Amino acid sequence: MSATTFSPGAAREANASRALGRRRYRTNAIVKVLCVLATIIGLAFLASILFTLLWRGVGGLALSVFTTSTLPPGSHGGLLNAIIGSLIQTLLGAAIGTPIGLMVGTYLAEYAQGSAVGNAVRFVSDILLSAPSILIGLFVYQLAVSPFGGFSGIAGCLALAVIVIPIVVRTTEDMLRLIPSTLREAVIGLGAPKWKMIVLICYRAAKQGIATGILLAVARIAGETAPLLFTSLGNLNWSLSLDKPMASLPVTIYQYAGSAFEDWVQLAWVGALLITFGVLAINIAARLLLRRAK
Amino acid sequence: MSATATSSQAQSASFGGLQARAGSVMNPARIAIRNLDFFYGDHRALKGINLDLPDRQVTGMIGPSGCGKSTLLRVLNRMYDLYPGQRATGEVMMDDANIIDPKLDLNALRARVGMVFQKPTPFPMSIFDNIAFGVKLHEKLSKSAMEERVEWSLTRAALWGEVKDRLHSSAMGLSGGQQQRLCIARTIAVRPEVILLDEPTSALDPISTLKIEELIDELKHDFSIVIVTHNMQQAARCADQVAFFYLGEMVECAPAGQIFTAPKQKRTQEYVTGRFG
Amino acid sequence: MQQAVAANPRPSRARSSPGDAIFAALAKASGLLVLLLLGAIIVVLFLGGMKAFRAFGPGFLISDDWDPVQEVYGAAVPIFGTVVTAVLALAIAVPLAFGIAFYLTELAPTWFRRPVSTAIELLAAVPSIIYGMWGFFVVVPIMAEYVQPTVIDNLGDLPLIGFLFQGPPFGTGILTAALILAVMVIPFIAATMRDVFETVPAVFKESAYGLGCTTWEVMRSIVIPYTRVSVVGGIMLGLGRALGETMAVTFVIGNTNRITSSLFGPGNTIASLVALEFPESQAGSLKLSSLLALGFILFVISFIVLAISRMLLRPRLKT
Repeated sequence: MSATTFSPGAAREANASRALGRRRYRTNAIVKVLCVLATIIGLAFLASILFTLLWRGVGGLALSVFTTSTLPPGSHGGLLNAIIGSLIQTLLGAAIGTPIGLMVGTYLAEYAQGSAVGNAVRFVSDILLSAPSILIGLFVYQLAVSPFGGFSGIAGCLALAVIVIPIVVRTTEDMLRLIPSTLREAVIGLGAPKWKMIVLICYRAAKQGIATGILLAVARIAGETAPLLFTSLGNLNWSLSLDKPMASLPVTIYQYAGSAFEDWVQLAWVGALLITFGVLAINIAARLLLRRAK
Repeated sequence: MSATATSSQAQSASFGGLQARAGSVMNPARIAIRNLDFFYGDHRALKGINLDLPDRQVTGMIGPSGCGKSTLLRVLNRMYDLYPGQRATGEVMMDDANIIDPKLDLNALRARVGMVFQKPTPFPMSIFDNIAFGVKLHEKLSKSAMEERVEWSLTRAALWGEVKDRLHSSAMGLSGGQQQRLCIARTIAVRPEVILLDEPTSALDPISTLKIEELIDELKHDFSIVIVTHNMQQAARCADQVAFFYLGEMVECAPAGQIFTAPKQKRTQEYVTGRFG
Repeated sequence: MQQAVAANPRPSRARSSPGDAIFAALAKASGLLVLLLLGAIIVVLFLGGMKAFRAFGPGFLISDDWDPVQEVYGAAVPIFGTVVTAVLALAIAVPLAFGIAFYLTELAPTWFRRPVSTAIELLAAVPSIIYGMWGFFVVVPIMAEYVQPTVIDNLGDLPLIGFLFQGPPFGTGILTAALILAVMVIPFIAATMRDVFETVPAVFKESAYGLGCTTWEVMRSIVIPYTRVSVVGGIMLGLGRALGETMAVTFVIGNTNRITSSLFGPGNTIASLVALEFPESQAGSLKLSSLLALGFILFVISFIVLAISRMLLRPRLKT
């Protein structure tokens, strides 16, 4: 040790710096613990939701849920009409919204480079992506329910389609932008017109990513309730006509969960279990697909 | 400046221990470039280029990065049209048509002037479909005629033997060198008159590079070829005439034998002897 | 030469195939359709609310009436509830989301990051109605039996802040709604923060570590300053999501058109009021118009918040 360390001033300094170091490390340790705690809390929420669904829902799972329509309380009804109605509205909504979203995404990635219109479209699409879905329900109610004198399955499909569009736009644009420009030039260099380049090569190169977007959109609208309250309304009877009110799983869950009848509440839990695990399964599938795409 | 390589001495010259191609008489021009200017927005990237690209011979374009050689290549099939703000003025005559004429049918032009890129660009489909894709754009062929065409082009690209048993598996599974030869096969399947090669071997290993160079030698019997390269040995090995570019101007164009041994311009000499670049 | 160019601007592509023109037109038309869609939503909601705006004037915004019998409606209570629940939700969600993002980017072992990330993101995929049921059947009883009585007993009599914690412990109310909303927006905020934290170039962090900084000090003095704008953007995104959430709130907020001072008191939000009152509104009635007017107000608020969020986020996340 050098002589200077023995001088009282230096010792004090060393002590102070050691104390400072200790405090710094203590702060660091505390923050780390808090962050781990936050993550555990976040995961605990998910676990609690899934556990609650299983605990309350599995008991009510029976074949009759899938073979019987909704019936009055006490008469052993199922959810068949709600499940079918949800499938119809979800698939039709996606079928209407996807091509539009795909074309908008194509426009943004392939045609609108840096143009003011393109930037405006991207901005508006991003806003719609997070806009309250209940307002889309109100909007479609004013356009497609109120003037035509009644709630209808097709109005529900339209509302869901509006929700689908911005989701598909975002993924389509992002995925098309990942395609290297050399691939585009190679297609053009063969003498292909631009639209064939996009449809035959770019879509094919981006197909897994685009499929991911469509899957995520389906997962999102499959669980939507608020927009359907004002459009397809829900229907406790068996009906497949698109011009009449149509049942859906989320709306039926909403009606049943708030009711005073035990068997209805039980069915609501079964429905909640089905829809949540269905939606989460689609989500995970979409993620796996995206990982393969990248 | 008349940069057209009209006369040339028949001479065999050595360069860097390599045998440069014996200088030969240049064929008549397939493409004649006159007073070509090119702009990226306001930046003038090519300045008054005059150059003849001889028929069924290889023109090599060399020069430091950013000198305009790739830009010139992309003028020849109007690839720059993809990007707003890029434009060319002057004349690039092929037969009696000006390539940079805005009224030109671009897709037909690109069928006549094919291009192969720096990195292999296989399409996400089978080997067979990769070749057939370009052909289908311009011709309606019967199934058997298409199969014939695919075999022909893969044979010409020296790839047939390696892939004939897996024509319908994905082109993405081929090695880098194979992918690049597939891209050449795809280009010649359209039966262009001119083939543009933009540093076609810069992403490849030496053996694949050698194969591509042999292929170029073979292909020039039927196609006029323009190759951009950073590798002067490659230019010496492959090209009949070589054009040296610097800062957007074409400094010198001469038969390969001459430009590496007796360049007329000081800047050319400095570049080919490695004093800058 | 350059003058000639100026006189002859970039030529339009002539003689391109008709397929090209059709496809380009279709693409552009779809883009314009999106613009039209947003415009139409604004116009339709505004026109729908016209009747209410006419009947009540600007007073609609500050009136706390909601009386279907007298046909008098005001927006003050649901606007208050919407803003208060959303802001409270952020107060709960932001620290948690930050902790999660910090954990995921700096602390977690690499193999553990993806599963945890996915799990957190799945929280965002759970449908809103499920949050409502979970809130009503799980969170509300816990609040009623444990949280609220304890808090009321211990904090309710405090001076100055005691009023926040008074009233009967029903379990429902503003705070419960905010709690559920917080869980719902955590994944959005956490995922955004994680993504922007990852944009910090490694050299910055490495040079700070090289000076002997601890992980937390690197986060505080390098990562957060570098990503501040985007972090705020992520928080605004969460706020935008929380403002318009409907089903989850409807289950747990208590649905009373009253402004209460207590966090445990019932209330409503624009979205929950619209969802609940809509089935009882006649087409063409003043009530329906008032609901549409509320929808218009919610849209304007959300639009502003989401627009700010996007402006803060887009430059950083767009590489």
